[in-house]
Amino acid sequence: MEPILEIRDLNSFYRQGGNAFSRGRTVQVLQNINVTIGQGEVLGLVGESGSGKSTLAKSILGMTEYQGEIIHHSRRPQMVFQDPYSSLNPAFSIRRIVEEPLRIYGKYTPAQRKQRVEEMLQAVGLGPEFYDRRPAQLSGGQRQRVSIAAAMIVRPRLVILDEAVSALDVTIQDQILDLLMRLRREYDLSYLFISHDLNVIYQCCDRVIVMEKGQIVEENTVDGIFDHPVHPYTKQLLQAAQ
Amino acid sequence: MLLAKKWDRRPRAAADAGRHRNHFLWMGSILTGIMLVLILVGYVWTPYETTGMSGTEKFLAPCLAHPLGTDNFGRDILSRIMEGAGSTFFIALCVVLIGGIVGTIIGCLTGYFGGVPDLVLMRVCDAITAFPSILLALVLITIVGYGKYPIILILGILFIPSFARVVRGEVAKERNLNYVASARLMGAGHLRIIFRHILPNTIQVLLPIAAIGFNNAVLAEASMSYLGLGVQPPDASLGRMLSEAQTYLARAPWYALFVGLAIVVMILGLSLLTEGLQQRRRS
Amino acid sequence: MLDIQDLRIHFRNAPPGKDAVKGICLHMDRGEILGLVGESGSGKTVTAMALAGLLSNAKTQLTGQIFFEGLDLLQASRETVRALRGKDIAVVFQEPMTSMDPVMRVGPQVEEALLVHTDLSPQERRQRALAAMADAELPDPETVYRKYPHELSGGMLQRAMVAAAIISEPKLLICDEPTTALDVTIQEGILNLLKKINREKGTGILFISHNLHVVRKLCTRVAVMCKGELLEEGPVDEIFFRPQAEYTKGLIAAIPTRRKRG
Repeated sequence: MEPILEIRDLNSFYRQGGNAFSRGRTVQVLQNINVTIGQGEVLGLVGESGSGKSTLAKSILGMTEYQGEIIHHSRRPQMVFQDPYSSLNPAFSIRRIVEEPLRIYGKYTPAQRKQRVEEMLQAVGLGPEFYDRRPAQLSGGQRQRVSIAAAMIVRPRLVILDEAVSALDVTIQDQILDLLMRLRREYDLSYLFISHDLNVIYQCCDRVIVMEKGQIVEENTVDGIFDHPVHPYTKQLLQAAQ
Repeated sequence: MLLAKKWDRRPRAAADAGRHRNHFLWMGSILTGIMLVLILVGYVWTPYETTGMSGTEKFLAPCLAHPLGTDNFGRDILSRIMEGAGSTFFIALCVVLIGGIVGTIIGCLTGYFGGVPDLVLMRVCDAITAFPSILLALVLITIVGYGKYPIILILGILFIPSFARVVRGEVAKERNLNYVASARLMGAGHLRIIFRHILPNTIQVLLPIAAIGFNNAVLAEASMSYLGLGVQPPDASLGRMLSEAQTYLARAPWYALFVGLAIVVMILGLSLLTEGLQQRRRS
Repeated sequence: MLDIQDLRIHFRNAPPGKDAVKGICLHMDRGEILGLVGESGSGKTVTAMALAGLLSNAKTQLTGQIFFEGLDLLQASRETVRALRGKDIAVVFQEPMTSMDPVMRVGPQVEEALLVHTDLSPQERRQRALAAMADAELPDPETVYRKYPHELSGGMLQRAMVAAAIISEPKLLICDEPTTALDVTIQEGILNLLKKINREKGTGILFISHNLHVVRKLCTRVAVMCKGELLEEGPVDEIFFRPQAEYTKGLIAAIPTRRKRG
């Protein structure tokens, strides 16, 4: 499988308690991470809060300092966040939110933008009645659809889903997962699917990596992880999910 | 608390609140409307010459010829209020614009980027606020000189910190939200993020501080002119007139009363208007 | 122990006829663990708030009856209800981080109920608090007692909240999504703790959750709510294997599983 992203010997740090006068102390959050995501693959990333999942996502997106190599074989990856309340600009209309990435790229005429925005919103299941609403007028599931539309309108090859369905009710979660899987087929996407919910990972990933305290403790296919967990931490997670 | 918070997020609850009639909005609009009509008419026409004195018509009580009476030089108070309110309004507006625009820019940049410039600029703001503003204004006046335009400049500078501080706090809060992160992921530049993405979200705090700022500016102009440092006689401004009226409080109480009333209508109208606008935004 | 008859809750700012809870009947035996399941907006949290007497009269209108040990909470005087709250009825909320006062040490907050409802001496209160914290399986209660909330992890805080709730040995413990904000392995620990408290002290637990998985692990009986109505209730296995209402079927089908891959 062609790789779409390769991470080699990644170490990441963050600064704690720094201000204008001192740099604070440095805390290491990621240790020697090696990951490859293949073209069209859905890679699950499991771990608890503080395990470094989000930092890994941020490093891939270039939002934190890191040491090591991150090789992108595609254009800029996009991300869908967990909290559908804070990830949409409350001052913009839905149409504007989805259009913004195209405006930033600046290669399209207003008519082209309008057409692509409407196609994209159609694809995530939001009809014309939503175009001029604001995020505050939408439910959690609808907001998440908008986030997905905004992330995918620039046709990324890799999308990072950071707990993208964790804040949703089960039935809504189910719909959004279906949507994500459909878009994946249609646009030939790869996902890095971050979740603390092993059951969700079950349902949609090809391969899983398990993180604990900034390290990858186990990596296997989804069946391998679930049938023959090796690391005690993985076993513990599995037991909790039964 | 927990419950209330959950409930407030429901779109429906917000929509219901909006269905109530917005009393603030229409009362504010009426008062501000009256004031603006007076001011605008005052620019082109006043019942009497605003500087036209008359020895025989001093301290006339309100009557048909002079609805609000006359002052110590026999000038028509209504005409002078029309002119004075205009210059007070103009000064306050300019002060808020200067303070608001400069303060917002400073607040946006410091709140977004943080670091040393943030630290320095905020301490400068602290220093400005630490002095009694009248004293500081007096010091600046001795440097720049007095009159209408210097006062605008000086008050404008004094008003910068109040805007900068609030905007900075708001921007610092918003910049950590995920929509800002998404915008960065899409490749938006810092300036675009600050001014196109974050700034519209600070309107709801900018609006009320602009209103309060305007009110303070009206009062500041009044006190400056009262001290004889703002608008110079024979030109009228509400503050100038109030200081004159004070001397004749016993002989012509209506003089102070009507001038004070004009200030109240101007301030109250604008406060109600902004409160109403905010309510409408919320729904 | 608990018997709810035709409970209706109406928010005063909602249009008339649009009730948040539309006449539900529900009963709970002594020492039972009842799960209340539903999605956001189903009215499950509001129902729990009503039981705990946490809904303000100015904003909501309650009709129907809530019998707790034969006493109608909606008719009873304010003082009677206040005497019950925190003593016989205790609540554990979803967000451990925001349900504790950040500027107060953990220990005194655990004792709060005793301070209000008993006239024990400070030493006795402290002893009881340490005992409750030990019951909640907090390691080294003495140390935790002196800590501030921000010094504890989410799981520890939630245990402290449980300790605060069980200190006065309530007959009914209302848990509103107590594990939702926690990591799965920590979640497991809290669930086991609740089970243990139920078993050892005979505390009745009303467990509110949107997570069917968790409910299934903990509860003996389940009630399903949707849009303010009680759709069905019954033993856990009954509901899971033979759901009657279409909504419940959908809810169960939506639980992510490995079988659904492909």
